[in-house]
Amino acid sequence: MSDENKGPQRRPAESGARSVKAGELDLRELARWTWRQLCSMRTAIVLLLLLALAAVPGSVIPQSGVNAQGVTQWKQAHPKLTPLYERLDLFSVYGSPWFAAVYLLLTISLVGCIVPRLFVYFRAFRAQPPAAPANLGRLPAQTSYDSEQTPEEVLAHARQVLGRRHRLRKVGDGDTVDYVAAERGQLREAGNLIFHLSVLIVLAGFAMGSLFGYQGGVIVVDGTTFTNNLTQYDDFNPGGLFHTSQMNPFCFTIDKYADQWLTSGPRAGMATKFKADVGYQDDCGKGPTKKYDLEVNHPLDIGSTEVFLIGHGYAPVITVRDGQGHVAYTGPTVFLPQDGTFLSYGVVKAPAAKPSEIGLDGVFYPTYAAVHGNPMTVFPNDLNPRLALFAYTGNLGLDSGAPQSVYVLDKAHATQLKQPNGMPLRLDLKPGQTMRLPGGLGSVKFDGVKKWVRVQISQTPGTHIVLGGVVLGLIGLCGSLFIRPRRIWVRARRRPAGDSDGGQGDTMERTVVEVAVLDRSGNSEIAEILDGLVESLRGPTKGQKKGTP
Amino acid sequence: MTNADWGTLSDHAIGAAGIIYFLALLSHLIEWSMLRQPKGAAVTERSTERVGQLVGSGGGAPVAEPPREDEPSERRTREEKVAFWGRLGILLTILAAVVHFVGLFARGMAADPNRVPWGNMYEFTITGSFIVIVMYLALYKKFRLDWMSPLVVGFVVTMLMVAMLVLHEAVAPLTDALSSYWLVIHVISAAIATGAFTLGGITSIVYLVKLRAERKAAAADGAELTGWLARVPGLEALDRVSYRVHAFAFPVWTFAVLISGPIWAHQAWSRYWNWDPKEVWAFITWVVYACYLHARATAGWKGRNAAILALLGLATLWFNFIGINYFNSSSQHSYAEPGVHVTAPHQAPLGSVTVTR
Ligand code: HEM
Repeated sequence: MSDENKGPQRRPAESGARSVKAGELDLRELARWTWRQLCSMRTAIVLLLLLALAAVPGSVIPQSGVNAQGVTQWKQAHPKLTPLYERLDLFSVYGSPWFAAVYLLLTISLVGCIVPRLFVYFRAFRAQPPAAPANLGRLPAQTSYDSEQTPEEVLAHARQVLGRRHRLRKVGDGDTVDYVAAERGQLREAGNLIFHLSVLIVLAGFAMGSLFGYQGGVIVVDGTTFTNNLTQYDDFNPGGLFHTSQMNPFCFTIDKYADQWLTSGPRAGMATKFKADVGYQDDCGKGPTKKYDLEVNHPLDIGSTEVFLIGHGYAPVITVRDGQGHVAYTGPTVFLPQDGTFLSYGVVKAPAAKPSEIGLDGVFYPTYAAVHGNPMTVFPNDLNPRLALFAYTGNLGLDSGAPQSVYVLDKAHATQLKQPNGMPLRLDLKPGQTMRLPGGLGSVKFDGVKKWVRVQISQTPGTHIVLGGVVLGLIGLCGSLFIRPRRIWVRARRRPAGDSDGGQGDTMERTVVEVAVLDRSGNSEIAEILDGLVESLRGPTKGQKKGTP
Repeated sequence: MTNADWGTLSDHAIGAAGIIYFLALLSHLIEWSMLRQPKGAAVTERSTERVGQLVGSGGGAPVAEPPREDEPSERRTREEKVAFWGRLGILLTILAAVVHFVGLFARGMAADPNRVPWGNMYEFTITGSFIVIVMYLALYKKFRLDWMSPLVVGFVVTMLMVAMLVLHEAVAPLTDALSSYWLVIHVISAAIATGAFTLGGITSIVYLVKLRAERKAAAADGAELTGWLARVPGLEALDRVSYRVHAFAFPVWTFAVLISGPIWAHQAWSRYWNWDPKEVWAFITWVVYACYLHARATAGWKGRNAAILALLGLATLWFNFIGINYFNSSSQHSYAEPGVHVTAPHQAPLGSVTVTR
């Protein structure tokens, strides 16, 4: 395709030269010049490199979409740089205007480059393979040989040989031509065009997903039910054009969650299998309840929504009774794992307790052991569960009306309960154990352990468009890379008797056959192709070959 | 055989393969050093073809004629010696590749349940270097890669050494998120593409080296190139080989990074594309190689600039493999922290729960 590529590259230079002439540079001219520059191959290369470069910061600086916690930590560590980084959108590079500018420019360039080629291609597709140049000897890859057949025989044979895998130039009735013109590999350009167009398809599908889709996450305790409703989510990330009416009205219950752990070997303590038996209804409260095994890599589709199992943890069941013996708090309490050992942190708030509010925070050990006197968990599965809680009383700040996280205890106005010796009181509980709080405040009971799963729930419209686009693009790409377009001309002429340069003084009439190949991709072993071609033209037996002039 | 036996067998096989590759490297180095002798240029051209043919036909037992006194036969003897060492190198490489494969196979058998050997950096490295060797052997005849032997074998020896000394890990099963057949497809294609890109990159390096040497030689009044560089194919042929290897690798990479990867990611954590560092760098690699292909089709960018772009692509590729795994633990793909795929937040964040994956 190199012959066509020279076009767009030369043009900008020409118009550039023209624009230097003063006075002629009106606005239209400038616009046209800019457009041509933008659509040149060189610009495409530069823009592609720019895109690659623009993608780098997002892999170095934590991104709020991927690693929100990393962003918070980074901001704490670099208070001075933070405002600057925020202004430059460095915490959400891939949604930033400057990143969009790069890919939009590239898209415009792509359209400007591809659409004209589309028209050219349509026209070229119907055209006949071009006639043979007057002098085949001028082409870079050509050869010739003598044949004893008549030119008509040679050409007929060439038509037959080339016709198998090439398009042949038609010869009108009554026309006499002394050559065969053949062409193959026109689909290469089609592949190229399809590839570039599918880039647009993928972009469109991707945009659909991020505009109309949403991602939400929620922790669901084993045995409880989730109803698909905005208020039920722990976190919710809608796209710019998302509307709640899109949400499917399903609900599901985690009937049973189970995991398996490696108990020996180098990776002991690694979970190998997570499975949640789920019962769900497409329309909550109506219709049959269906069953599904929700597993990692095995999401559940409900309507246009997908539910993924992405995490798990422990929810100790805790009951708090107040000083009057009433239950002030009870239920499975979600504790969040702090690391791979599943040492988990959690909070209990019992604002209704009388005479005074009760707050608890502390850690959960799935498999408790005292190693050198230090309490720790030695295995992530709950083989020997243990709670260690600190207790607080007083104002937990729940009346102030300010929203509070359920995972954080506001201790600003609360007092920590102490032991008689002045050390902070720590409640160490095994399942089934109860401990009294001092001062008649009440008691805390560790009833048992439940597990929770974290599910990701999302709608991503356009996924199939993206997938279709990428697959189409790959097909086009393969066509573009592996089809080798080629033009071949075979010319046969009678040479007058005695005019042989073989010097053998033969008197027979001979036919000079010229063969030329034009490799339009510039990437083939053209000499080999030419040799192979000549061999099949001459047939396996016929005479000796003559060297390339 | 028990799993532990398989594990030991694997370690021994990989070690043995490393040693045989090293012998192959030595043999190729001897081959090259013989080419360095004066008057070598003329001889080498012919010996190149010979090695190709001999190896192509399966390579019989090496025959070295006894040295004779007269000049031409002395020359031929050296030619034959060069061919002998080259052929020996190839045979050793093939042998090493077989042993290498045994190592990979045993590694997979050692895990319970049995699985593909690419659960961590060590396994990915030994698999990746195996693929480089297989691609090299497969393309050896088609592209006449004899000039590339010491570079490829040297590269693989280095990789295996790093794998054994630095990256080695005991066999372990895959985390749940990693056991998906889409992952298998994803990793196979990524590894094949990585192997091919590496071969293409080696070709591009040789292209640049030869280009410089030729320019220098031309500056020094058209002196002819000698030694191994004379044996390397011409610049145009190198450029073409490089293009064809890259043209093979690019669609495979496209499939790995933009099709099978996202499908797996979608199943594993709900988003097919999340701009995770590993994904970002895979994308960067893809874009840079797209640049390379554009450059190849643009007059004035062919050759040198294209070769530089190819090397830039290779650098991003290897950075993604080495750098991101080591320096960035927030990546979902990080091998450094098994099980990060399925954990909840490490600390209780303020406001609401966010996911750290
Ligand atoms: C989204 C960005 C783009 C990507 C990922 C991309 C990718 C590719 C790839 C992989 C090829 C190689 C196919 C081959 O060698 O035949 C190619 C070829 C080509 N691209 Fe792009 N491209 C992009 C944008 C553009 C733009 C903006 C232009 C217009 C200036 C353009 C013009 C071309 C042309 C003319 C070819 C054909 C080269 C040939 O004839 O071999 N591309 N592109």
